[in-house]
Amino acid sequence: MGKNIIEKVWDQHVVYHEDGKPDLLYIDLHLLHEVTSPQAFEGLRLNHRKVRRPDLCFATMDHNVPTKNLPIINDPIAKTQINTLAKNCEEFGVPLADMGHPDQGIVHVIGPQLGLTQPGKTIVCGDSHTSTHGAFGAIAFGIGTSEVEHVLSTQTLWQSKPKTMQIHVKGELGFGVTAKDIILAIIAKFGIDVGTGHIVEFTGDAIHKLSMEERMTICNMSIEAGAKAGLISPDEITVDYIKGRKYAPQGDKFEEAKKYWLSLASDPDATYNKTLVIETSEIEPFVTWGTNPSMGSGVSKTVPYASNYTEESDKQALKKALTYMDLQEGTPLTDIEIQHVFIGSCTNSRLHDLRAAANVIKGKHVHPNVRAIVVPGSHSVKKLAEEEGIDKIFKDAGFEWRESGCSMCLAMNEDVVPAGERCASTSNRNFEGRQGTGARTHLVSPPMAAAAAIAGHFVDVREIMNVPV
Amino acid sequence: MEPINIVKSVVTPLNRKNVDTDQIISKEFLKRIERTGFGQFVFYHWRFDQDGQPIEDFVLNQPKYKGSKILVAHENFGCGSSREHAPWAILDYGFNVVVAPSFADIFHNNCFKNGILPIELKVSEIEELLAKGEQSVLEAEVNLQNQTLTADGKVYHFEINPYYKEMLLNGWDEIALTFKYEDYIKNYEKKRVQFS
Repeated sequence: MGKNIIEKVWDQHVVYHEDGKPDLLYIDLHLLHEVTSPQAFEGLRLNHRKVRRPDLCFATMDHNVPTKNLPIINDPIAKTQINTLAKNCEEFGVPLADMGHPDQGIVHVIGPQLGLTQPGKTIVCGDSHTSTHGAFGAIAFGIGTSEVEHVLSTQTLWQSKPKTMQIHVKGELGFGVTAKDIILAIIAKFGIDVGTGHIVEFTGDAIHKLSMEERMTICNMSIEAGAKAGLISPDEITVDYIKGRKYAPQGDKFEEAKKYWLSLASDPDATYNKTLVIETSEIEPFVTWGTNPSMGSGVSKTVPYASNYTEESDKQALKKALTYMDLQEGTPLTDIEIQHVFIGSCTNSRLHDLRAAANVIKGKHVHPNVRAIVVPGSHSVKKLAEEEGIDKIFKDAGFEWRESGCSMCLAMNEDVVPAGERCASTSNRNFEGRQGTGARTHLVSPPMAAAAAIAGHFVDVREIMNVPV
Repeated sequence: MEPINIVKSVVTPLNRKNVDTDQIISKEFLKRIERTGFGQFVFYHWRFDQDGQPIEDFVLNQPKYKGSKILVAHENFGCGSSREHAPWAILDYGFNVVVAPSFADIFHNNCFKNGILPIELKVSEIEELLAKGEQSVLEAEVNLQNQTLTADGKVYHFEINPYYKEMLLNGWDEIALTFKYEDYIKNYEKKRVQFS
């Protein structure tokens, strides 16, 4: 019987197995940032331990870096965290792309961009959106700070082998429908905890026709479906993306790697513990209306009615969410007015995303009631976009063009949505207070965010698009 | 971390599904570089209004639950961000045990590293505990060795992976344990697939 990619990669990394215990799993790449690492390095110091494999670590600063007026950091506590990471990396010999470094950016944008992210690797980071790297056929998952310390000390983790799940996207993707809409539709259909205890492989033609950047958007939000990790079997598109990147294998080594990477793809007769299917015909541009990522609908729909739900706890959850969001049951999604637009985050801040948004706003202007910002995912993304003139399209339309970082996705820096105001955001979480205390977040794709910026309310982007993105 | 076995206290009923780690500890409190001192910020925006005044009807502000060590909540507790600041805040506030029908994976893992016992019970059992906890003052006793939670004369049995049970009962340092497997790690590193 054939194996799926999850089993192949997992089995390849088991250092020690004993029945009834979690497996001791080897970690190939450990990414670090300033927010979840200081206590881990402190733990090493207190116990006189060292970093076992600094060569398998890579650090950057992203969560609370400012995105304007660099290099001034007004927040003294953020500054302490940023300085602490620099000090720790120096002391323990961990490679660092710090503020101002050409490789700096959101940790889940730079890993792939630098060629550090490769098929078949186990990748961890003290950040739940580490699942992003699964787009390459890696097993990549977020860990807590104690586990960060464990990986730093031992380059391993004790992990119970998760179950496997296939989510099959069936059919051709419709015009104006993006990777973001696929993953939002999956979460809305199957629920915020459907993936708990599983690693998910996304399959189907609709998935394998996507570019690597689009695949990253999908795997990025597998955590929003509760999955331990999400991944996609490597193919020629994967291999082409990696070729020539800074830390990718070169020459003969690349050819050898390519053969190995492609062999990791799930076998045609592979099976999974669970298989779910979604038809592309069910997927239109999405907008979330609630306070978790499963609370979303196609843009042609309305805010749901409590009477749509059978379980009392779901009715209560809807009421709580609509109270926080200040929305009424039955309101058409296109009637919701917004005051902020955020294009950025590890979900949607790559060149493809910026191009798709720019394509919608070209020659138009941001609505007078809206403040719109674009935060490229990395220095490199910003530079490439500027070379194409994308920055000019945004600036001419009235967007602010910022430096890279996590920014308004979690509002740890100064990019905050004020209480009671609404933001159309290309990020990944619409939890209460996520973008600022009392702020109301609606998750959308970059073209949908761009269209909302111009109209001042949600619109079906397909109505204003001329050419497919 | 501190060993844990028997925990006795009043139950705090938090009757919500999908409690995410952003609610457990909001992002403005993540900038500390220590593991301690997060308890004062736990569920901050549910406990306090915009002027910093306590919101009276939120469970953690009700005097009858004061000193509680056992938090009971609904499905998918701890979803979202991997921030270990969430279990740090829960522990620092005084909870050693969280009881729910299901937990998000990363939060669940993080509990075991910090001496917090996450207990999974059936939805019907959770609803019973929540209802009793809300109506009056429900005292409970958790016994990890026996894998039981006893409340109002009823014994609820729970499952736990023996590896994690042992770790919690002994308060072990997992890294020190892993060092005993160093030969396996070294051997693995010799044959590891590596291209660059």
